[in-house]
Amino acid sequence: MSREKNGFIDSFTNQEYKYGFVTDIEMETAPRGLNEDIIRFISSRKAEPDFLLDFRLKAYKKWLTMKEPRWAHLRFPEIDYQDIIYYAAPKRKPALSSLDEVDPDLLETFNKLGISLEEQKRLTGVAVDAVFDSVSVKTTFRKTLEKHGIIFCSFSDAVRDYPDLVKKYMGSVVPYGDNYFAALNSAVFSDGSFCYIPKGVRCPVELSTYFRINTAGTGQFERTLIIADEGSYVSYMEGCTAPMRDENQLHAAIVEIIALKDATVKYSTVQNWYPGDREGKGGIYNFVTKRGMCKGSNSRISWTQVETGSAITWKYPSCVLFGDNSVGEFYSVAVTNNHQQADTGSKMIHIGKNTRSTIISKGISAGFSNNSYRGLVRISKRATGSRNFSQCDSLLLGDRCGAHTFPSVNVENSSSVMEHEATTSKISDDQLFYCNQRGIDTESAIGLIVNGYAREVLKQLPMEFAVEAQKLLSISLEGSVG
Amino acid sequence: MSPEKTEQVLGRKLISLFDSHRNHISRYDPPFLQGIRNQAMESFRKAGFPTTAMETWRNTNLERVLEKDYNIIFDPPEAPVDLENVFRCEVPDFNTHIISLYNGWYISRDTPLLTLPNGTIIGSLAQALREIPELAEKHFNKYAGAMGNGLISLNTAFAQDGVFIYVPDGVEAYKTIQMVNILNRDDDVMVQNRNLVILGRNSRLRLVHCDDSHNQQPSFTNTVTEVFLDEGATIDHYKLQNLNNSSTLVNSSFFYLEKESRLSTHLITLNGGLIRNESFVRLSGPEAHADVFGIYLMDKNQHVDNQVFMDHSAPVTTSNQLFKGILDDQASGVFNGHILVRKDAQRISAYQSNRNILLTDKAVVHAKPFLEIYADDVKCSHGATVGRLDENALFYIRSRGIGEYNARLLLMYAFAAEVIRRISITPLRNRIDDLVKKRLRGELAICDQCVLHCSQEEKRYSFDIDMSKI
Repeated sequence: MSREKNGFIDSFTNQEYKYGFVTDIEMETAPRGLNEDIIRFISSRKAEPDFLLDFRLKAYKKWLTMKEPRWAHLRFPEIDYQDIIYYAAPKRKPALSSLDEVDPDLLETFNKLGISLEEQKRLTGVAVDAVFDSVSVKTTFRKTLEKHGIIFCSFSDAVRDYPDLVKKYMGSVVPYGDNYFAALNSAVFSDGSFCYIPKGVRCPVELSTYFRINTAGTGQFERTLIIADEGSYVSYMEGCTAPMRDENQLHAAIVEIIALKDATVKYSTVQNWYPGDREGKGGIYNFVTKRGMCKGSNSRISWTQVETGSAITWKYPSCVLFGDNSVGEFYSVAVTNNHQQADTGSKMIHIGKNTRSTIISKGISAGFSNNSYRGLVRISKRATGSRNFSQCDSLLLGDRCGAHTFPSVNVENSSSVMEHEATTSKISDDQLFYCNQRGIDTESAIGLIVNGYAREVLKQLPMEFAVEAQKLLSISLEGSVG
Repeated sequence: MSPEKTEQVLGRKLISLFDSHRNHISRYDPPFLQGIRNQAMESFRKAGFPTTAMETWRNTNLERVLEKDYNIIFDPPEAPVDLENVFRCEVPDFNTHIISLYNGWYISRDTPLLTLPNGTIIGSLAQALREIPELAEKHFNKYAGAMGNGLISLNTAFAQDGVFIYVPDGVEAYKTIQMVNILNRDDDVMVQNRNLVILGRNSRLRLVHCDDSHNQQPSFTNTVTEVFLDEGATIDHYKLQNLNNSSTLVNSSFFYLEKESRLSTHLITLNGGLIRNESFVRLSGPEAHADVFGIYLMDKNQHVDNQVFMDHSAPVTTSNQLFKGILDDQASGVFNGHILVRKDAQRISAYQSNRNILLTDKAVVHAKPFLEIYADDVKCSHGATVGRLDENALFYIRSRGIGEYNARLLLMYAFAAEVIRRISITPLRNRIDDLVKKRLRGELAICDQCVLHCSQEEKRYSFDIDMSKI
């Protein structure tokens, strides 16, 4: 049987990362390196108001005093922050009003990615905001959304059109000095998505952002801000890819979510950045700060993520449960193969009374990869009657990979209940034998078992993503049992 | 310049004390030890005292402890200590061989290094280092030395005495050895003692280790114990901690398990100001097995911290951890369990569980059960829960005619009993069972004496309900 398994490994390792192409588009880039002038350059390029420039400069000053975090279970060489291009944008053209005016090359790129903006617009009813390198290229469906009073646009547009909202909420969940990468992002962020759902509105379509790194030597620093006003609902999706390159590219993003009273935000990610080749060369360093604030009572934020890409993932989508009776959820499947490293998990900070949170994390490691779950559940004194349930399971495929769990639990009152459980195991020969015996070949059996294992999380994904995620999962793991 | 931190003051004092007393400390040392001491001091100089910036010390703050200006005792007690006066073991039917450390020094009525007819050697570590250096050298600091922890280095540099036990191949120690660590001083004192236990092939030992304070004086005990288990050896180890509320105890134990050896250790923490138990277990031969159990019952401002590092470095090794705690008043508890499965250590089972009950809104629990796994044929699981007593269970018991107070006690006792019932020495189990009941009723604050010779008559408690009749 082992030869059979090896066959799978070969077929898997020969599989190419299908999003690894480069698009040749005329780009405008800032010079390499980071200093105050670069920040001023970015800010002036985007004609930003003063408050934003101040925010950037403050963040930059703070960043200079900070140290790159090394506590995660990750190994990576020193990053030269002066060797990165902090701003790269498709050559400026007059403002776009319809898709026809978008650079055809660019459209072609998104078509290749399967994110045909046209198609999306016409058929699926998903509103897409595509961010290419650093700049938001096109937001579809804007008009339909406007009817409901929903604002969904690029971050730059939001700064121009709704400065009050941006000023009020930006940095309120992730302050500019929150951590090293958040500070870096706050200083140099280029664009991103902005979304505001007004009171009582249930967003009729799924909102979606697509991130793409294209230019060599660049880093991508986008910022997403989602505000769900009282009683509103939105489901938001995010996807990402990058070309195949030998160098490591940096992606340091921030996502901030604010849910006011009775609001619900569902945020789903399928992260598929280029993971590097089988020797572990190249790939994206993904250092992302994602945090949601359940500000009002009865609000709810749910994170769902499927992580298959990136050479390094450093990402802890968190919920601050501030409002009474608010709910935080985190569902994650993280798959690592070859030399990928993932250190991901969630933080649930219970502050309001009777707040509830759930963490379901499923790690799958194969090849030489290392996959860690790192989490924190803090139930503060005030948060009486709170409840947390955490479950993090790891599945090991192969004897050269690692699976680790680093949960941390702090409980400070007696009326709350917190439970954590974790298991680590491999696909047992018994399970495979059972499937074989029923006429299911080993490869399908593994797919079956893995999908069953991750099911709890996958079922949380919106339809459009669930299909993509399931496909990704079976691709990522094909034949990796050895 | 920022004002100097208190721990730096104490650290500097210790460094200069070491420099000035270097010759005195090592006056009886065999040659191999001097280098070890100097090296350890060097690493303390670099590392200093642990601070909350360190991940494993995050929730245990020593700052208040290190503020005090502790005295170090460089010489053994001059006048012979009348042990009978200080210590009386009153566990019924508990027939043990008692050895004592008094303020960190080994005291005995007869010889400092006793060889029993079956070849077992029991006595003072200082004496053992002098008389049988070849045996001691093979193991001394071999397990503790690898960990770069400031307190452990400090202990290695300063410790002058402690307990030495050697059980030869194939010998089963005939009696339970009871090691009592008593502090009785009128000044604030820092005590650092060092114990070394060596078990030969297929030997067997039962060891009860008690830490007691005799008065209410603040103290800081920093103790390191190294235990080596050769192939097929078995140790049953119990640690009972009943110190006063102003004392601090950092207890680091290292267990090195060879092939087919078995470890069972119980950490029973009944009272103490700040107690930290660090257990490092290395399973380095196939089919070694380790059980680490703990129970802590804390109240007032007490703080307990249990750290377990379970290192599966050989295939087919198994381990099991169970820690349970009940925290009352403003007490705080920390559990930090780390299971490491090294590369190629296949066919491992490792379980870890930490359960806590908080009785008040001011009590705090920090739990961190870690798994770090580099092999694929493993079965590992861990769990942590924090909560209150089950309301439904409480209701059920009350509906059977048992008052709320007793119902609560019954539930708490049942919670603790899961750990207590694993104690294999019957008289000890009965005694601890009794002490836990007392503790839960709030009757046992710090006794002036050791937990094992609490002078109160044992009485029947109202919640001693025969479960078979319910």
